[in-house]
Amino acid sequence: MSKQTVVETKERFAPGHRACIGCAEALAVRMVCKVLGDNVIIVNATGCMEIVSSQMPFTSWTVPWIHTLFENNSAVASGIEAGLKALTRKGVRDMSSTKVVAMGGDGSTLDIGLQALSGAMERGHNFLYICFDNEAYMNTGIQRSSSTPYGATTTTSPAGKASIGQFSWKKNLPAIAAAHNIPYVATACPSYHRDLAMKVKKGMEVKGPAYIQILSPCPTGWRCPTDNAVEVGRSAVQCGMYPIYEVENGKYKINVSPEPLKPVVEYLKGQGRFRHLADTDINKIQDKVNQDWAHLKELAKI
Amino acid sequence: MAKRTGIEVSIAVSEAVKLANTDVIAAYPITPQTHIVEHLAELVAQGELNAEYIPVESEHSAMSACLGSSAAGARTFTATAGQGLELMHEVVYVASSMRLPIVMAVANRALSGPLSVWGDHSDVMSVRDTGWIQIFVENGQEAVDNTICAFRMAEDSRVLLPVMVHLDGFHLSHMVEPIMMPDQKEVDEFLPPFNYPLPLDPSKPVTMGAFAPPIVFTEAKWAQEMNLEQSKDVILEVWKKFGDKFGRYYNPVECYRCDDCETLIMTMGSFSETAMMAIDKLREEGKKIGLFRIRLWRPFPFEEVRETVKNAKAIIVLDRAISLGMGGPVASELRNALYPLEKRPKIMGFVGGLGGRDITPTDFEKIIKRGLEIAAAGSNREFEIYGVRE
Repeated sequence: MSKQTVVETKERFAPGHRACIGCAEALAVRMVCKVLGDNVIIVNATGCMEIVSSQMPFTSWTVPWIHTLFENNSAVASGIEAGLKALTRKGVRDMSSTKVVAMGGDGSTLDIGLQALSGAMERGHNFLYICFDNEAYMNTGIQRSSSTPYGATTTTSPAGKASIGQFSWKKNLPAIAAAHNIPYVATACPSYHRDLAMKVKKGMEVKGPAYIQILSPCPTGWRCPTDNAVEVGRSAVQCGMYPIYEVENGKYKINVSPEPLKPVVEYLKGQGRFRHLADTDINKIQDKVNQDWAHLKELAKI
Repeated sequence: MAKRTGIEVSIAVSEAVKLANTDVIAAYPITPQTHIVEHLAELVAQGELNAEYIPVESEHSAMSACLGSSAAGARTFTATAGQGLELMHEVVYVASSMRLPIVMAVANRALSGPLSVWGDHSDVMSVRDTGWIQIFVENGQEAVDNTICAFRMAEDSRVLLPVMVHLDGFHLSHMVEPIMMPDQKEVDEFLPPFNYPLPLDPSKPVTMGAFAPPIVFTEAKWAQEMNLEQSKDVILEVWKKFGDKFGRYYNPVECYRCDDCETLIMTMGSFSETAMMAIDKLREEGKKIGLFRIRLWRPFPFEEVRETVKNAKAIIVLDRAISLGMGGPVASELRNALYPLEKRPKIMGFVGGLGGRDITPTDFEKIIKRGLEIAAAGSNREFEIYGVRE
């Protein structure tokens, strides 16, 4: 990997946006944009990053950027990619080196936009999809998504006498993406910025669909101090709650091996969204993490 | 030279899209639109049309992909019908508000439920307010001509709005008709290459689709409304130029034997030609009845409609859709358009031809008779559903 990729000083996600204090998603977008370079077209789903960056008549984007709706960024990206191909082939404009990059949160990616994403991956469009996973609908006020971890309290999965909070286990979208037999799938976290940069670079170089899911700690929704999003992200990786790995042409590789795993309680205890959990709940989460980690290691061996 | 051939109307529409040298087609199959997109897929597969064909996984994605390709500066076409138009509904609004000149053929179909794949105008009425230019065609020739015109209207730098070409599902889409297909050279002369002023291009970055706080939103809608209203001048100009070149002229409101008539029938779409047969028969019987039909549905041709009906005392409207709890949408819009007149004609609304039910010339005669009875009794009638079997 070139030195330039990691340390490039040019900012493409301009300051002055309206993200909450301590937002690690804005941090992740900033890091991603440094790697993407200038020869891209970004397609943003409705969500936090769209709202904080594009209030008319302002923009935080120094590269071509389009937002249309919530659930359709993969389809819009498909259309752009096809348009660029047609224009290039017909000699109108040579757009052959321009990469289309779709971005969305976990709500738009794992829930409402999953069909469009699946369609675009299945059709094999040459595009990079980046999901900024802050594990709930933060833009609309911390409602659960299928990416919200088990036990987390949100405004639509509130913990209470009759409720543990989020009642289901986090959807494994990287596995679903990998099941489309696309050339590149990865998870990342801005707490591991070199790894993140390397993966975005790979995703850009791949011909065909690439999917990268980036854990983006959200102090507002996770109820954690605004100055420790990077630490929280690192903790998620080190306890095995958010493994950092890639699937290159079907081959799994764990990129950050935190073994021995730290106890999940260390990750959970720093966040208000898990404050209500009893020891038995935490043990249940620990068991699931152990099981998933063992499964991932098996996949990485094959 | 153009030649006249017998061809299915759906296939002819696809051939018009090919003549327009379309760059991207994104489409999902739905009856009765399927023959249009199947034939386009075939043209691309055979190398006869140099375009990207995206076989999307839903109509929502079809229109979304169209947004992308149009924003990239590619000439873009799709087609849909009924439920498909409903599924893409929210995206349809975005296409016009982002000024993306997509052309879409709609093979008009009823909306569920109960499920019906057959034709009526329910789907049209659900997209009345979406900000698209909307044109109704009555036969295959008009479908071909207006598909070609639609690209020129949409892409004109004074317009930059998407255009829907409405053709009745089955009653028109599946008919084999004699059609004069223009040749490639003529279409190339008529339709300039698409040159979108600010496409998505890294050499000149733009932000498209920024959100509007309350301080801007009203102005954005005002600008869009001005844009759509003013597009009418260009629409008329394009139809004039098309007529001058191809010899077939089109108007926002088309009249058939309506000079000096006190009684008029109003229709939209392919049933207009059936109505003409009824008019001819009644004329032979000495009854002074004429027909007018709306071709330009949006922007609504207020002046032309008022001018057409200035001598009428009674207008009988056949709506092929029902706004439940209200009545016939076209009759309602006609009342709206004529309210400012000092001498307002009686308007009798009928709803018929729903979900593929045929309306024959005899049915038109019955509708006219019934309408005249109501008018003679001196009453207006909100609407009646015609032909309910008891």
